[in-house]
Amino acid sequence: MQQFANPTRFLKLANAALPFVWAITIMLFVIGLYGALVTAPPDYQQGETVRIMFVHVPAAWMAMFIYTVMALASAMAIIFRHPLADVAAKTAAPIGAVFCFLSLVTGSLWGKPMWGAWWVWDARLTSMFVLMLLYLGYIAIWQATEEPGRAALIARIVALVGFINIPVIKFSVEWWNSLHQPASVFKMGGPSIAMSMLWPLLVMGLAYTFLFLSLHLTAIRSEIAARKLRTLRIARSGDR
Amino acid sequence: MKMLLSLLRRDLILAARQGGGVGTALGFFLTVLVLLPIGIGPDQLTLQRLAPGILWITLLLSVLLSADRIFQQDYEDGSLDIMAMAPLPLELVVLAKAIAHWLSTSLPLSIVAPFLGVLLNLKTEIIWPLVIATMLGSIGLSFIASIGASLTLNLRRGGLLISILVLPLYVPILVFGMSACTGNPAVVFPSLLILSAIALASLVLAPLAAAAALRAYLK
Repeated sequence: MQQFANPTRFLKLANAALPFVWAITIMLFVIGLYGALVTAPPDYQQGETVRIMFVHVPAAWMAMFIYTVMALASAMAIIFRHPLADVAAKTAAPIGAVFCFLSLVTGSLWGKPMWGAWWVWDARLTSMFVLMLLYLGYIAIWQATEEPGRAALIARIVALVGFINIPVIKFSVEWWNSLHQPASVFKMGGPSIAMSMLWPLLVMGLAYTFLFLSLHLTAIRSEIAARKLRTLRIARSGDR
Repeated sequence: MKMLLSLLRRDLILAARQGGGVGTALGFFLTVLVLLPIGIGPDQLTLQRLAPGILWITLLLSVLLSADRIFQQDYEDGSLDIMAMAPLPLELVVLAKAIAHWLSTSLPLSIVAPFLGVLLNLKTEIIWPLVIATMLGSIGLSFIASIGASLTLNLRRGGLLISILVLPLYVPILVFGMSACTGNPAVVFPSLLILSAIALASLVLAPLAAAAALRAYLK
């Protein structure tokens, strides 16, 4: 991991990898969307609306996955003083917030025909909503603090404290109320979902992951560029 | 230990003599309690159903409003810098300050709050479980508030930011605090136990997080 701590080496690697990562992303999306919209059968109860699942479920996975990435990056920043870890956490946050928002919106669109309401205060929905708030709080900390160095120190703590609380919030609201269906892919005894629906779902999950990877690499790249620009400007204004 | 106690005593005396601690929080609490029936309507049965929730949410908000007082003044007049340089670890300084906030604001408020439920026609048999639940919950409220206060120590518009950061973390306390006033013993006891668990966990973890945030500001 330490090898990638050097921004220049990281940039070189990211520049080389990005075209391939984008190509894989597009390929996976083509396969996944074909599977989701064409070959997967309509559900015997839900009809065609079940196809919302293929965009909804991976978005929710990604929202949780990206927060984990942020917390891991923050922990690495604290433990190893890895200079790129803070940048990685910072740039992951808006992407994660968008995935979280997408999962809330698509879930809401799916909820209307299925449950008859755009929004219900159910455990899953509430904990995703809280996750969204945690994302917003994290982003707000970066924006409210002027000094990037100090903002990084504080944002690390926000990410980690939020991460400890996610399972607590999840279990507490689960106990409180539930209408959302329980997990059907990652659970004991294997998935309980038909193969014809499972494979497009998994491919879409992979496609979302690669989309995150390409967006994240691009965002880190532009964040590094922005920082370089900032130091250059400060140096120049010092000369005059 | 001696330093911890003297710091605690100092903060409690400051809170008592400066005023504006529990008095203001209680005033806020009463104001919200007056406004809510105006907004909801004076129907006794509706108010009775909503009473525990209203009391809990008002409690969260009044603790939150007083949260920025935990470190703000000491940061501004420089005492916090001296405390950070003292042999006492910063984590224990945070512990003392959070305990002082709990004793001076959250605890009195959480004891009084359920009795103000009478104004909302709260069922009398719920009052005692609610007192125990709010007392247990108030520990977590104060300690989590100390994390928020340290994170937003020197930020413009820190007051708004602190609510975005802290209120999501209050969700578990609110959930189990509410289930402790259902009146069903099979639910009430586990909820009280979980509230105690949250209190203990925040007692240990919050000083660590808050001290780390303070160090970022004191650097």
